[in-house]
Amino acid sequence: MFAMKHTLVALLRDQPGVLNRSVSLFRRRGFNIESLTVGHTETPGISRMTLVVDGDTTSVEQVIKQLYKLIDVLKVSDVSQDPNVTRDLLLVKVYAPPAKRSELMQLADIFGAKIVDVVPDAMMIELSGSPEQLDRFVDLIRPFGIRELVRTGCVAMTRGASTVSGPYQNQEFRAA
Amino acid sequence: MKTLTGAQMMCEALLAEGVDVMFGYPGGAIMPFYHALPEYPELRHILVRHEQAAGHAAEGYARTSGKVGVCVATSGPGATNLVTAIADAMMDSVPIVAITGQVVTSLIGKDGFQETDVTGITQPITKHNYLVTDVRDLPRVFKEAFHIARTGRPGPVLIDVAKDVQNARGVFEYPESVDLPGYKPNYDGNRRQIKEAANLLNQAKKPLIMAGHGILLGHASVELREFAEKTGIPVITTLLGISCIPEDHPLSLGMPGMHGWVHVNRAIQECDVLFTIGARFDDRVTGKLDTFARNAKIIHVDIDPAEVGKNVITAVPIVGDAKRVLENLTEIVNANEHSEWLNHIRDIQATRSKRQRDPESGMFTPHHVYAEFTRIMQGEFRVCTDVGQHQMWAAQLIEYMKPHTHITSGGLGTMGFALPAAMGVQVACPNEEVWAIAGDGGFQMNLQELATVVQESLPLKICIINNGYLGMVRQWQELFHERRYSATPMWSPDFIKLADAYGIPGVRVERAEDVAEAIQQARSTNGPFLIEFVVEREVNVYPMVAPGASISDMFEDPSEVEIEDVVAVK
Repeated sequence: MFAMKHTLVALLRDQPGVLNRSVSLFRRRGFNIESLTVGHTETPGISRMTLVVDGDTTSVEQVIKQLYKLIDVLKVSDVSQDPNVTRDLLLVKVYAPPAKRSELMQLADIFGAKIVDVVPDAMMIELSGSPEQLDRFVDLIRPFGIRELVRTGCVAMTRGASTVSGPYQNQEFRAA
Repeated sequence: MKTLTGAQMMCEALLAEGVDVMFGYPGGAIMPFYHALPEYPELRHILVRHEQAAGHAAEGYARTSGKVGVCVATSGPGATNLVTAIADAMMDSVPIVAITGQVVTSLIGKDGFQETDVTGITQPITKHNYLVTDVRDLPRVFKEAFHIARTGRPGPVLIDVAKDVQNARGVFEYPESVDLPGYKPNYDGNRRQIKEAANLLNQAKKPLIMAGHGILLGHASVELREFAEKTGIPVITTLLGISCIPEDHPLSLGMPGMHGWVHVNRAIQECDVLFTIGARFDDRVTGKLDTFARNAKIIHVDIDPAEVGKNVITAVPIVGDAKRVLENLTEIVNANEHSEWLNHIRDIQATRSKRQRDPESGMFTPHHVYAEFTRIMQGEFRVCTDVGQHQMWAAQLIEYMKPHTHITSGGLGTMGFALPAAMGVQVACPNEEVWAIAGDGGFQMNLQELATVVQESLPLKICIINNGYLGMVRQWQELFHERRYSATPMWSPDFIKLADAYGIPGVRVERAEDVAEAIQQARSTNGPFLIEFVVEREVNVYPMVAPGASISDMFEDPSEVEIEDVVAVK
């Protein structure tokens, strides 16, 4: 199997330590996690975690199965094969003396980015988009001089009316 | 509505879970619980001498009784002393609940006296764990903890209870059911996959059953036997699967792996279908993975979905309970015989058996001891072994006839396991003959428990196989490290005098002729008894697969160790 990126979505009960349990699991099993984000869902008491995993199918299957062993993990889906929307959020502070400002603003405009702060020699730009889009934008503005950069990591949602939060139990990987 | 203290709630919860005994050690942060204990005389508490022993005793109890074992410790050092036993229970899927005291809520995170983050420490070695900081959570947490420990793939669960929670008062209502939407073990194997397995087994010419701990944990010994007898398929048993089928059964072949039998490993390599149930393809069983069972399609039955496909590629995965899957399979599989295949394996065994079973002449070796054990006891005993050479010999050479009669630390390989685990076994089976068999090294890791044995009047028989070395490490040094016996020669105290200091009678045996008499003396003694067998110092466990080598490459004496084997060790 060739290595490729997988986007996993996990629903977790909001219990103390649940994030630590998941992260500790990845560390212990030697799983290579590229990004991990957690936040609330529409249901109180349930959090949603998006994971981007770098690996072949076998180890992704193990990641899913091992996650299911955690008592507070309700559901794990690999959404990589489904049409989905994946978004990463970027804040970047870039060197922007007055002479360079308009050029930067044009670039931001092309990418649909927002200027969220301007001071005499710097600018903060916010952009959300697919990780690839963000990579391209960062490459373009790099020559201006990046002073600080932060990305949130990916969140993902499948297209269409169906949801991953439907029935929590997935026959195949039920916890033992 | 009755209001109780948290500590009383803990006791009520234990009673509700059918607990009648626990192994523990009091201390500051668990004192309210110990304060409440005398109000509950139905709860027997056994005071150990070290918390690690409490954990192993709970394991021994659970491994024999099929019930959940309970151990109790205070915060900080008490809790950290439990860690080894918890890890041991995790590796061998043993259902125990560990209860620890924690510093008062207001001190948590402030480095209070005897504070450790025990839920953090035990996260990777428990099936689940809890920190209770609100007395209202206690009943639910206990209910969930026992449920999680004993269902699905069993395992250790830890409950850490802050001291002020033990003292707080609240209404005690014990829940009747648990609400864990993320935890729904699957017991019934998928019908289609079971059918597929049956088809595969029906067509197989050289099928083999590999039975593991899951058979014992799932109480599926009878079902295993019925399945094997109907299909005529020979059975091999992993170290932890030993005793799941009587060893004199015509279809029982013995143990595979690093110190398994040549004919068993050969059978694995030659079989066309390997039906594995309740075993997890440990590296000590498989050897070099990509050469393991290379001619076989593997059917893997396990209650833990994560085990299926973890180490080997599986043709038919079945997630389910050993007992139920075997019942369903036996119903639909064709009755068959595989006499030609079985005879072939028995032929291989016959050419080897003499070398494997017979002790070297003129020496007093552990082989003499184990041969006498089997001859005298006629299967009427339970054995707890420690870790090392004596453990492998006990697995190879003693014959086990009934389920749960061979108790050992298989996955973690914990030295010091035998004596405390045997205490738990003896408590679970007060009227049976229980033997703790340890090496001189492992025995000295938890020998303080002799005091517990005496205080609790446990009629344990203790057997030390003393070869003056950390034998298994020395064996590896001999074979793979140019005989450099670095830190393995071991001085021991006079074990008989030591036992005497604890009030335990004992005898030292230095000649093969005296083995039987010593065993008889131990058996006829009312109460604990210790035998020290002073055996030949440099005897090795054979056959052996070098670590990292293929199980096709077994050797039976040092002259057969080849350079490649030595290289493979790296």
